Amino acid sequence: MSGTNGVASDVTTESPDVAVVGAGPSGLTAARELAASGLDVLVLDRERQAGGIPRHSDHTGYGLRDLRRVMNGPAYARLLAERAVEAGARVRTSAMVTGWAGERSLDVTTPEGRIRVDASAVVLATGARERPRTARLVPGDRPPGVMNTGQLQNLVHLHHREVGTRAVIVGAELVSWSAVLTLREAGCRTVLMTTEHPHAESYAAFSVPGRAVLRVPVATRTRVARIIGHHAVEAVEVEDLATGARRTVPCDTVIFTGDWIPDHELARAAGLALDPGSKGPLVDNALRTSRPGVFAVGNLVHPVDTADVAALDGHHVARHVRDYLAGVLPQGPGIPLRAEAPFTWVSPGLIRPGAGTPPRERILLWSAEQRLVARVEVTQDGRRIARRTLPWPVSPGRVFRVPSSLLSGADPHGGPITIALA
Amino acid sequence: MNTRQMRYGPLPVERVDVAVIGGGVVGAAVARALSAYELSVALVEARADVGDGTSKANTAILHTGFDAKPGTLESRLVRRGCELLADYATKTGIPVERTGAVLVAWTEEELAALPGLAAKAAENGYERCEIVDAEEVYRQVPALAPGALGGLTVPDESIICPWTTTLAFATEALSRGAYLLLNTRVEGVEPPSGTADTVLRTSRGTLRAGWVVNAAGLGSDVIDGLFGHKRFTVTPRRGELFVFDKLARPMVNRIVLPVPSSRGKGVLVSPTIYGNIMLGPTAEDRDDRTDTSTSEDGFAFLLEKGRKLMPALLEEEVTASYAGLRAATEHGDYQVFLDAGQRYLVLGGIRSTGLTSAMAVAEHALGLLGEAGLRLDAKATLPDPPRMPNIGEAFPRPYERADLIAEDPAYGTAVCFCERVTEGEIRDALASPIPPADIDGLRRRTRALMGRCQGFFCGAEVEKRLCAGVAREHGENGDTEKTGEAQ
Ligand SMILES: Cc1cc2nc3c(=O)[nH]c(=O)nc-3n(C[C@H](O)[C@H](O)[C@H](O)COP(=O)(O)OP(=O)(O)OC[C@H]3O[C@@H](n4cnc5c(N)ncnc54)[C@H](O)[C@@H]3O)c2cc1C
Ligand SMILES: Cc1cc2nc3c(=O)[nH]c(=O)nc-3n(C[C@H](O)[C@H](O)[C@H](O)COP(=O)(O)OP(=O)(O)OC[C@H]3O[C@@H](n4cnc5c(N)ncnc54)[C@H](O)[C@@H]3O)c2cc1C
Repeated sequence: MSGTNGVASDVTTESPDVAVVGAGPSGLTAARELAASGLDVLVLDRERQAGGIPRHSDHTGYGLRDLRRVMNGPAYARLLAERAVEAGARVRTSAMVTGWAGERSLDVTTPEGRIRVDASAVVLATGARERPRTARLVPGDRPPGVMNTGQLQNLVHLHHREVGTRAVIVGAELVSWSAVLTLREAGCRTVLMTTEHPHAESYAAFSVPGRAVLRVPVATRTRVARIIGHHAVEAVEVEDLATGARRTVPCDTVIFTGDWIPDHELARAAGLALDPGSKGPLVDNALRTSRPGVFAVGNLVHPVDTADVAALDGHHVARHVRDYLAGVLPQGPGIPLRAEAPFTWVSPGLIRPGAGTPPRERILLWSAEQRLVARVEVTQDGRRIARRTLPWPVSPGRVFRVPSSLLSGADPHGGPITIALA
Repeated sequence: MNTRQMRYGPLPVERVDVAVIGGGVVGAAVARALSAYELSVALVEARADVGDGTSKANTAILHTGFDAKPGTLESRLVRRGCELLADYATKTGIPVERTGAVLVAWTEEELAALPGLAAKAAENGYERCEIVDAEEVYRQVPALAPGALGGLTVPDESIICPWTTTLAFATEALSRGAYLLLNTRVEGVEPPSGTADTVLRTSRGTLRAGWVVNAAGLGSDVIDGLFGHKRFTVTPRRGELFVFDKLARPMVNRIVLPVPSSRGKGVLVSPTIYGNIMLGPTAEDRDDRTDTSTSEDGFAFLLEKGRKLMPALLEEEVTASYAGLRAATEHGDYQVFLDAGQRYLVLGGIRSTGLTSAMAVAEHALGLLGEAGLRLDAKATLPDPPRMPNIGEAFPRPYERADLIAEDPAYGTAVCFCERVTEGEIRDALASPIPPADIDGLRRRTRALMGRCQGFFCGAEVEKRLCAGVAREHGENGDTEKTGEAQ
C-alpha cells in the first residue's frame, strides 16, 4: 500500500513486468509482442475502448505495412486489441495514468479505484493530437462549431451527431482529407480548405478522391485570420498571405486539422529529455528515452505518421524492452541526430552505436516546405558521409522517410550527425 | 421553484420585496445577503446562467487592495471584501491560493515609484508590502526576463476561482429561499409612485418589487436611465488574456505585477487556480457592450509583453484566450447611489475589483437599504452554506481521491482527460441546484473541456452528457417546449 499524500489509503498496487501507457496501434502492438514472449504486460488506456485514434477513424487505409492488408480504422483497432489480449496482455481501459509515483511507477485512476503500477519497464505510447484553434492563436468570437478532426470524428462516428452544413477546413494534409470525408458523411459540405503552403500538401496522395471526386476548393498561401459569430459560427476571415487581402467566407463549422503536438504530459512530468523539434521525448534507435527502462513509441515520438508505422514501432521496441529486462541492452552515449531546415524534427534524435537499426530501418523527418526533388545529404563533423536523391518528394504535413543505411558511414565515436537537403 | 422555472416559462413569482437586477458576482452576493432576512428576494439575470458576464472573464485575483486609491469607497470595500471572501471561501470550499505577488520595476522611474506604492498600501490599511532588490525578485520568479531592477512584494495577494464564487453566492441565496430568474432581461421599468411597487417589464413577463437593486454591470447605466437618472456612462474596457498550458505552471509561483499606470493595473503574469499561467489583460475602450471577441492587435500586444516579461513562457502552448469587459465609467470610484424615494439602489462602475469586493459591496448595500427603511429582520434559522465542488488544482480532486472512488466509481471514470474531470463531477454539476445551461456553464462548474486538447478527445462525450442533462431540465414539467428564452 502506498500512502504519500494521506488520501491514498485505498490504493492497490500492481507489479507487471511491463506497463504500456496507451492502447493505440503502437502500444497494442508492443503489448502483443511482449506478452507473446511470456512477460506480464499491463496496458492502460483512459478511453473506454482500446484502439486509439483508429477507433473513430471510420475509413479505410489502415494496416498496410503491419498486417499486410488494408482495413478500416475501427476494425483495425478491434483486431489489434484482440491480438494483444490473445497473446496474454492485460488491457485495462477507463484507466487514466495521471502521473508518476516513482522511476517506473505510475499513478492510475480507474472506476475500480486508484492504482499504483510498479513496473520493471514502461512503454509510453500516448499518441499525438492536433493543435486546437486556441494554440494557433486565431482570434475572434468563440462560438461552438470550431473543432479538430479528432472531435469531428468522435462526434460523427462514435456519437452519430450532426455537424453543420458548410465547413471551412484549416490545413490540406492527409488528415484534412480525412476530415472532408467525415464531413461529407455527416452531410456537411466543405466550402474551402486553406493552407499556408503554396501547394495542397497531400494533393498527390489524395489526387483521385481529392480534388476530382470531392471537388473541394483549396486556397493555398492563405490563413484563417479571424472567426466570426456570437452563438454559432457565421464566417471566417481568410487572408491571402501574398497580398494581405482579406475576404469573408460564410460557414457554420471550422475544422482545424493537422499541426500535431505529441501528448507528452507524462513524458514531461517525468522530466524526460525532449526533442525540441517534435516536442516528444527524445529517443534512440532502440526507442528508449533518457530514463532507464522507459521507452516511447508511435506518434508520441513522430507526430504524426500513419498507424501502421506506429504499430511497427511497437514491434521494434519489444526486443529492446526484453533486452533491458534481461540486463543486456547496450549502454554508452549516443550520437545526436539533427535535421536542418526545412526539416523541423527528426526521429530518432539519438543514434546509439550497437543498438541496431531504428524501426523499419528508416529515419523519419518532418518538413515545413515542399521539395519536389529530395537530394538528401548526411554529414558528421564537417564530413559528408552520404548523399542520395530519394525517389519521393518532401511534403509538409507528412513524414519524409530516409533509409537508415545512409548513416552507416558515421563514426561511432564522432560528433552529431546532420541530415539536410542539398 | 424547480430548476425549469429558473430558466423557462412564465415567472414563478409576481411580486417580491426586493429584486436584484444582474446575476454577476455582485448581484449574487447582494441576493445572498438579502435572503438572510425575512424578505422575498429575486435575482434577475438576462442570461441563461449566473456569472456569465464580466464575472466569468477576469484575472481572478483576490486583491488586498494595496494599490487602490486611498479614501475611495473602492479602497474600503476591496479591503473588507477580501477578508470576507477569504473567510467565506474556507467555509464553502471555494478554491483560493495565497500565492502572494511581486510587483516588478523595469526602469529607474518604476523603481523610484516603489516607496510611494508601499506608502499608499499602508494608507489603504495594508502594511505587509516590502521593497526587495533584483536578486530577491529573481529568487521569487526565476523565469523572469533579465533586466528587472527591483520589486515590491505583496504577500497576501491571492488567486481564487471566480466561477465557484458567483455560483456559491447564488446557490446559497437559492437555499435561503430567493428566486433565481435566469433568461430574464429587464427591458422596462415603471418607477414607483408613492408606496406602490416598482414594475419591472422583463423578457419573461412582469415582476413587481418593493425595492430594486441595480447590479447590472455593463448594463447598470441603462437600468439607471430607466429609473430616470443620468449619473454615469459605462464604457466597456476590453481586457484580453492568454491562458498557457499547465506544463508552464512551475515557471510562475506568484502573481507578477507591473508597476501600475494611469491606464489601469497593466499586464500581469499569474498562476490560475486551475493550474495554468495567465498573461494579460490588455485595456482598450470599446463601444459594444456585448463584444467579447479577441483581436489580432490584442494578441500581438500580449505576445510582445510576454516576450519582454518571460520569454520562456512563450515556448509553451496557449490553451485558451478570452476577453472580458470592465464596466469602466468616467468616474474614479464605484458608482453607488441610493434613492430612498424610489426605493432603488444602484451598484455601478465596479470595473476591475468587483470579484474581491462583492461581499463588502453587499454588506454596504444592506446598510444603505436598512437606513433608507428596508426592514431587515434576520431569519430565525438559515441553512448551512453550500459546500462547493473543488475545481482548484492545489487541493485534492475526485480523480485522485481513493476514498471517494471506492464509494462511487463514477469519480474514478475520467471523461475530460486533460483536466481530469470525472463522470461523477459532471453528473453532480448537472444535478446541482443551479445546473449548467450550456457547454460553457458546464466548463465553469467542472473544468470539462478547458484543457489543452480543447475537445479533441472528449468534446463529443462531454456534449452528449450535457445534452442529456439539459433535456432533463426542459422536461421537468412534463413539457419539452422551450419558452421565454432571452438572448
Ligand atoms: C483523423 C485521422 C485520420 C487518420 N487516418 C489514418 C489512415 O487512414 N491511415 C493510417 O494509417 N493512419 C491514419 N491516421 C494516423 C493514425 O491514427 C495514428 O498514426 C495512430 O493512431 C498512432 O498510433 P499511436 O499508438 O501512436 O497513438 P494513438 O492511436 O493516438 O493512441 C494513443 C492512446 O493513448 C491513450 N493515452 C494517452 N494518454 C494516456 C494516459 N495518460 N493514460 C492512459 N491512456 C492514455 C489514448 O487514450 C489513446 O488511446 C489518422 C489520424 C487521424 C487523427
Ligand atoms: C479583464 C478583467 C480583469 C479583472 N480582474 C479582476 C481581478 O483580478 N480581481 C477582481 O476582484 N476583479 C477583477 N475584475 C473585475 C470583476 O470581474 C468585476 O468587477 C465583476 O465581475 C463585476 O461584477 P458585476 O456583478 O458587477 O458584473 P457582471 O458580472 O457583468 O454582472 C452583471 C450582470 O447583469 C446582467 N444584466 C445586465 N443588464 C441586464 C438587464 N437589463 N436585465 C437583467 N440582467 C442584466 C448581465 O447579463 C450580467 O450577468 C476584472 C475585470 C476584467 C474585465
